[in-house]
Amino acid sequence: MTAENSTSTLLRVEHVSKRFGATQALHQVSLELHEGEIHGFAGENGAGKSTLAKIISGLYQQDSGEIYVDGDRVTKWDTARAQHRGVVLIAQELSLVPEMSVAQNVFLGIESNRLGVLSDDLQERYQLLEESIGFGLDPQKRLGSLSIAERQKVEIMRALARDARIIIMDEPTSSLTADEVDKLHTIIQKLKSQGRTIIYVTHFLESLLEICDRVTVMRDGQIVKTSDASNETKVSIVEYMLGRSLSHTFPERSAGVEASVTPKLELRNVSTQTGVRNVSLTVRPGEIVGLAGLVGSGRTEIARAIFGVDPVIEGEIFIDGKPYDHRSPRQSVEQGIALIPEDRRAQGLVMVRSVRENISLPHLQSISVGKVLRRRVETKRAKELVNNVSITPPRIAANVSDFSGGNQQKVLFAKWLMGNPSLIILDEPTRGVDIGAKVTIYEIIAELARRGAAILLISSEHTEVLELSHRVHLVRNGTIAGELDPRVSSVDDLLFKLFGLENELSEGR
Amino acid sequence: MADMNQGESLRAYSNERELTGGDRVITFLREYAVLILLVALFIALSFASDSFFSLANILNILNQQTPLAIIAVAGTMVIIAGGFDLSTGAIFAVANVLAAWMTVHFGSVTLGLALTPLIGLILGSINGLIVTRLKIHSFLATLASSLAYRAIAVLITGGALISVADPHFATLGREKFLGVFWSIYVLAAFVLVAGFLLNRTTYGRYVFAIGGNPEAAELSGISVDRVRVMVFGFSGLAAGLASAIAVSRVASGQPLAGTGIELQAIAAIILGGTSIYGGVGAIWRSLGGVYLIALIGNGFNLMNVNPLFKDLVTGVIILLAVAISASERKRR
Repeated sequence: MTAENSTSTLLRVEHVSKRFGATQALHQVSLELHEGEIHGFAGENGAGKSTLAKIISGLYQQDSGEIYVDGDRVTKWDTARAQHRGVVLIAQELSLVPEMSVAQNVFLGIESNRLGVLSDDLQERYQLLEESIGFGLDPQKRLGSLSIAERQKVEIMRALARDARIIIMDEPTSSLTADEVDKLHTIIQKLKSQGRTIIYVTHFLESLLEICDRVTVMRDGQIVKTSDASNETKVSIVEYMLGRSLSHTFPERSAGVEASVTPKLELRNVSTQTGVRNVSLTVRPGEIVGLAGLVGSGRTEIARAIFGVDPVIEGEIFIDGKPYDHRSPRQSVEQGIALIPEDRRAQGLVMVRSVRENISLPHLQSISVGKVLRRRVETKRAKELVNNVSITPPRIAANVSDFSGGNQQKVLFAKWLMGNPSLIILDEPTRGVDIGAKVTIYEIIAELARRGAAILLISSEHTEVLELSHRVHLVRNGTIAGELDPRVSSVDDLLFKLFGLENELSEGR
Repeated sequence: MADMNQGESLRAYSNERELTGGDRVITFLREYAVLILLVALFIALSFASDSFFSLANILNILNQQTPLAIIAVAGTMVIIAGGFDLSTGAIFAVANVLAAWMTVHFGSVTLGLALTPLIGLILGSINGLIVTRLKIHSFLATLASSLAYRAIAVLITGGALISVADPHFATLGREKFLGVFWSIYVLAAFVLVAGFLLNRTTYGRYVFAIGGNPEAAELSGISVDRVRVMVFGFSGLAAGLASAIAVSRVASGQPLAGTGIELQAIAAIILGGTSIYGGVGAIWRSLGGVYLIALIGNGFNLMNVNPLFKDLVTGVIILLAVAISASERKRR
């Protein structure tokens, strides 16, 4: 950082530590933020980047350590004081009021008033702000009717209305399309050109390198490195994040399966009320078939129809060549079908229960006599599975909520592997998972296929689909829009086909 | 039947990193708050009042609280499963008048009292069907059904009492066997059965799962609706059983019996530390809650304090208990 002594430091944290219960979220972290820089925070889930951002914004209070603003040590620091000094957080979960208008949201909490009576200058103030940044939003519009990207703009305007000098964005792109991400980046550049400082917390390393001036990489609650983004590459950042060098991420693909083998799963012209239209596909034992597509293209709905969650209105589904008609999740479990759903917190796991109970949940019949559980058998099986999927530490009695995202996802795998499924439907199997856990999950998927399981893989990470699958179907508007051979295709090929003639060949997030 | 889960969540804190000694103490106090308070109050009352620490007084408290304890035990399962049952008081009333009516009508005490829990089971199952088939939140469904059930109880008797002359009718509520009230044996057996169901069977595991995350449970192949119906049926059965004990005690069926007992049960469950958000909780906690509230009441009686202060103190203690568990959630 010697080269940047000339730039002035807006805010500085020194030796900041923070614990949550038993977890040391931050340990002795020190960092300087310069005026007019875009500063990226990188790190695996649980590395402490969000915690640091929240302490800087006053949302969390540190246990020890100091914060300096403009060189003065601040003794009390909360969101109100932080906003007063121009430090504003734009959180992952946006904090706006859906029932209020855009303008009302922007000035929420800082309305002009005389003795508590609102003044009538909302429009004027909004216009002034609009001139400086210019998003072109309708100030009268009800916030609830806006898209996520538009709401984010409202959040940014809200920060600017408070004359923010430091704007902290925590995972701002996680719900945006590629197009919207580009627009956000343009906005961030504009904010920078006005002399504001932006902290950009993200999982997406391409974005980080593309837009940031400096990057801080965190691991286990500590800062591993802060350096100029221009000196770093994706590989170097990942290596700092992991603390080791990155060998090959993806396991070797097994040989394909001959077309003469009876498919484990076959869909013939399947349509549903949930938007699946005329889908036909097959998955053979030992084969990984990928479904690539954009979020909302209907891939999840295909999975849900197979598993028996949503009814099929037309077409047929076959398992082992036999019609699978009376579908329900219960029947599917009995047939040896597993569905790893896209949202592990909402659909996959019972967060308040133990790892052991979560793993055994679909298989209680097989470990009970009558209806009485054989708890010793349950414990033994849970321990085996926890080791198989390498959950660390392997504590089966701990609540799932106490584990990191990567470990939780492994619990979800363990849960479904306990039934030795012969057909496994994976919906976004590595969403929100750190790189270390991703590698383990890829190994598990490949190993399952090698042992003869049929796997239907849904993922929005295009590299993942291409590297793991034997065949890839492209899904668009609820129907299969094409197929490609992943062995000879690149992400660009995939995107080009995916967007078809829409000519939106942008880097997919 | 102590639940294994409490010890597990204690250990859960030390999951990814080691706990300090202080953390352990705080966690322990929080986990067992209801028992610690119960023991502390018990000791305090023993010193403060000469008449408290006697077998007769303690047996009386246990006997008096049996109906409430039975309802709270089954209610714990309802709340763990993510529901509420506000109709137990009304089911209690229907069972109350029918127990007396059947005893008089059939001329058999055994038959009359034995059928009482079944009436509860039927009314409770109806609640379960309303909740699952009509997809109405259990809070609203049981609020509405409680009005209907209470009205049925009043209609059956025309608002009057149904007295039972047979002296054997009062055995269950008043008599002792080997020095202990019959009702206490019934409670003990009920707690064992409920504890076994909740902690040792697939059914109990499903109760925790559907309360913790109904969607994940459904996708795990569990018939969530069936488990819900069973939970409400069991709660109704408990209200019927509790009512059988209560009706025997006063030897007459009363359409206004059990008014408010559903809220007392929920208060005891929450005081015990079972989460109203579902998915976690234990039967022993609710028993702790029942007897803690009972001791507060008993203490006020023994010390001759204005009984209005009893409700004030009970209310404040429940608020404190809920605030402590809320601070825990916030911290994590």
